[in-house]
Amino acid sequence: MLTKRVIPCLDVKDGRVVKGVNFVGLRDAGDPIELARAYDEQRADEVIFLDITATSDDRATTVELASHASAELHLPYCVGGGFRSVADIRTMIAAGADKVSVNSAAVANPDLITQAARAFGTQAILVAIDAKAVPGNPNKWEVYVAGGRKNTGIDAVEWAREAARRGAGEILLTSMDRDGSRDGFDCHLTRTVARAVDIPVIASGGVGKLEHFAEGIIDGEADAVLAASVFHFGELTVRQVKESMRAAAIPVRL
Amino acid sequence: MIVVVDYHKGNLLSVERGLRGAGAEVVVSDDPAQVRAADAVVLPGVGAFADAAASLEELGLGAAVADAVAAGAPFLGICLGMHLMFEHGTEHAPEAGPLPAGLGLVSGTVGLMPKTDEAGAAYKIPHVGWNSVEWDEADPLFDGLESGEYFYFTHSFAAPESVATIGRTTHSVTFPSAVRVPGHPVWGVQFHPEKSSDAGARLLANFVTVARAAAGRRGAAATMAEDTVLSKE
Repeated sequence: MLTKRVIPCLDVKDGRVVKGVNFVGLRDAGDPIELARAYDEQRADEVIFLDITATSDDRATTVELASHASAELHLPYCVGGGFRSVADIRTMIAAGADKVSVNSAAVANPDLITQAARAFGTQAILVAIDAKAVPGNPNKWEVYVAGGRKNTGIDAVEWAREAARRGAGEILLTSMDRDGSRDGFDCHLTRTVARAVDIPVIASGGVGKLEHFAEGIIDGEADAVLAASVFHFGELTVRQVKESMRAAAIPVRL
Repeated sequence: MIVVVDYHKGNLLSVERGLRGAGAEVVVSDDPAQVRAADAVVLPGVGAFADAAASLEELGLGAAVADAVAAGAPFLGICLGMHLMFEHGTEHAPEAGPLPAGLGLVSGTVGLMPKTDEAGAAYKIPHVGWNSVEWDEADPLFDGLESGEYFYFTHSFAAPESVATIGRTTHSVTFPSAVRVPGHPVWGVQFHPEKSSDAGARLLANFVTVARAAAGRRGAAATMAEDTVLSKE
């Protein structure tokens, strides 16, 4: 039976993990590869490196990171952030990334999803959606871009459907309302999107404690759960998370 | 020397490094002559069957792989590389005309996985993530591993049942996730051993062991042939 995935997300700037890492047992907690390797040992199912740099010089660093990761890691990894074109994506995949995630560029040019899926296969293309609830309407969320700074007014559920139709292999769905809140995933949003598309949905944003992961799967109907700081700060290990999921009768690879 | 076949359709770094990590000498090549001379051949791949089959044909690599296999070189197809072992595939097939052809090492047509099971329950396709592979009989490829081991999958198409099935996995349907041409060192796996942590590393090491033994036999045979020539002189 297909297991539900637990995915640590690493925000990377200039080739270093940022957003605070206080991981016990690493020589250098800022080294993305070393951190990813530690997650591999804890039986993480994959990792996502999110490139939060903007300039092209820094992009070169991220391509190097992808190449280094393919030499060092024995689990699948995705690189997200900053792709503008099929050529950008090709560079990253040639460097060794198994998948890329596209966000703002796909909203600006949905055809990028179609082109990239055709060139590299649907399994290589994640569409990341940053969604925020519309005040006063409990069943509507809008898509934000540019790192969550700009509201596009696009309906998040509709956008997920279109992304899937265009060949996205997975949706990485972040609730902006919950991101950083430690209140748990927005299960209503997650479930609504998971039911709207026939491709896997990764829930992201809001994890603060152990139970939240199982909630994202059971209540949110997600296929995978993503978290960052609870792992980086060593509050929870991937293994603990998976054990709690298994206790909730969720199939996991321990 | 293990040759990883490069048919210009994807990134082969992980496979190359996975094999090297298992102690193999590896070369990535799109040269049919090099494929024919290989001690063992690995055919990786992501992307679509039709495009890959066309590339193999265009580059003369399909015939080279078939020759290497016929000469007894151990073979491992990974993901799309496993699909290409079959006769045909429907992925990206033209609407009219015959289905794109694979290597035909195993009979049957690779098709899209259904999005519902027999009871009508919905499943997400692509089938992405870690799933278990079950087998009944020991095989050198599974040496040191136990039936039920988890491997990493990412695919939408699946191989048909045939006499070659040696391992199965269940998502919307139960499908062959490992095949072997009966009696030959010719395998295919639907999952990605190079991305499957310790279990995947073990499987690659098992293949490298088979490849090395085959190379040794060939080397010995070559030496014997040489000796024969010398003794005639």
